[in-house]
Amino acid sequence: MKKVNTCGLHCTKINNISVKIGGQEILKNVNIHVHCGELTVIIGRNGAGKTTLLKAILGEVEHAGNIVFTDMKDNKTKKIKIGYVPQKINVEKHMPTTVYDIFASCISDIPVFLKKDKKVYKEVQEQLKLFGAEKTIDKSIGDLSGGELQRVLLSIATKPIPNLLILDEPVSGIDKNGTKDFYNILQELKNKYDMSIILVSHDLDLTKQYADKVILLDKEVVKEGTPDEVFKSLEFKNRFGIL
Amino acid sequence: MEAIYSILEIILPFEFIDYTFMKNALLAIILVSPIFAILGTMIVNNKMAFFSDALGHSALTGIAIGMLLGISNINISMILFAVIFALLLNFVKNKTTYGADTIISVFSSIAIALGLAILAQTGNFNKYSSYLVGDILSITSSEIFYLLLAFIAVILFWYFMFNKLNVISINSTLAKSRGINIKLIDNIFVILIAVIVMVSIRWVGILLINSLLILPAAASRNIAKSMRSYHLFSVIFSLFSGICGLIISYYWNVPTGPMIVIISGIIYFITFLSNWGKNRLFKN
Repeated sequence: MKKVNTCGLHCTKINNISVKIGGQEILKNVNIHVHCGELTVIIGRNGAGKTTLLKAILGEVEHAGNIVFTDMKDNKTKKIKIGYVPQKINVEKHMPTTVYDIFASCISDIPVFLKKDKKVYKEVQEQLKLFGAEKTIDKSIGDLSGGELQRVLLSIATKPIPNLLILDEPVSGIDKNGTKDFYNILQELKNKYDMSIILVSHDLDLTKQYADKVILLDKEVVKEGTPDEVFKSLEFKNRFGIL
Repeated sequence: MEAIYSILEIILPFEFIDYTFMKNALLAIILVSPIFAILGTMIVNNKMAFFSDALGHSALTGIAIGMLLGISNINISMILFAVIFALLLNFVKNKTTYGADTIISVFSSIAIALGLAILAQTGNFNKYSSYLVGDILSITSSEIFYLLLAFIAVILFWYFMFNKLNVISINSTLAKSRGINIKLIDNIFVILIAVIVMVSIRWVGILLINSLLILPAAASRNIAKSMRSYHLFSVIFSLFSGICGLIISYYWNVPTGPMIVIISGIIYFITFLSNWGKNRLFKN
């Protein structure tokens, strides 16, 4: 991957996000501040509102609050480009949707049911190659292993390179080594590109090891800080027991 | 129209084509089969089979409500009602956390019951009971014109919006992150299904209309390896069963709709078995 620059001068502020669904408060005044080149990991129990927060940031669920992306070099607010890696996708074994079909649907307007466009195909292949997934291009998306699928989704999310990469880590389907690889890729991404990363994680060990900042969510931000600060806090112990 | 008729007579030198109703029926099938086939691909992918089924069932309600309101053209009242019904279903489905199938079932039952009750009460049930099984030979040249319009609308939508629809179908949040207007595209999609189902229902029949949407795509899905082959096989299966169904029904004197569905069903099982056999071979 070619080096762009890590400047630490871009920041994304997620301000006062609140979400109510059917009269029930799912999220309350969530404030998150992330810089480029930083991996922020969101942890929390089931039902703490982690996925909802991601959907709110992406604008899929109605919410109060806003997201401001600032380039501190010239102090201007810009429109943010967000890349997203979903936790799971709607696929079945042997389904007639290839990796190319999905990828091309995301990045091109040439209808994929009509033809395989050579230029787009090459583009897709090159992007997949960055993540070591170029062999999957003609495979059915339903037949990929958990690790392969994650690489494919990651390569889609980073084309074009976003300012903010949001990932919802899968709960199952990937073994320990696969998960570790995944964290290493994230590490590489954040170091080489001008990118902030927000990850919803279910693996507390790896969070401890890789995160720059940890946010403990339980309808609101109950604790944030370095992994050490959060993992040793009372708030953490109350929710996860002792690690 | 006359020009098209004479072309049909030249390229198809068979007895059945001498009749105008057969020419109309053939034209209708040639127009509507590919539409069913391509809409079906996404209906099957999105697991909306039950949704389109419920939509078909709402036809009677549309007729009944149209009569109550004094709308003379029942096609219009059927289409209007189906579009509203489809949008409403979509809305409720997205708003609740219940299983979509339960919601659809509730709406579908109410729609049918309402339609039957109103039609029976006003003494019109017998007049419209033919809609249950449909009659392809009743199709007129003006209806073929409507089918042509619907055909063009679907092709345009598919050409310009399919990629977006495809991303939405895989994961709606992913689609949102790519700046796709999920609600708009989803709603246009169900409106198109509603319109196509309603313009075809009089000759296919309420009971069978869903099979034409589902079977060719489902059969194609058994053997297709990419979006291109998925669409191609689906269109071929749909056209093949449509045209064969029409011709066989003429010579054997059976209703056309059921004949088309029987052929589609046979194709489905052939593809199913071939896929199953291949997987077994592959395993060994």
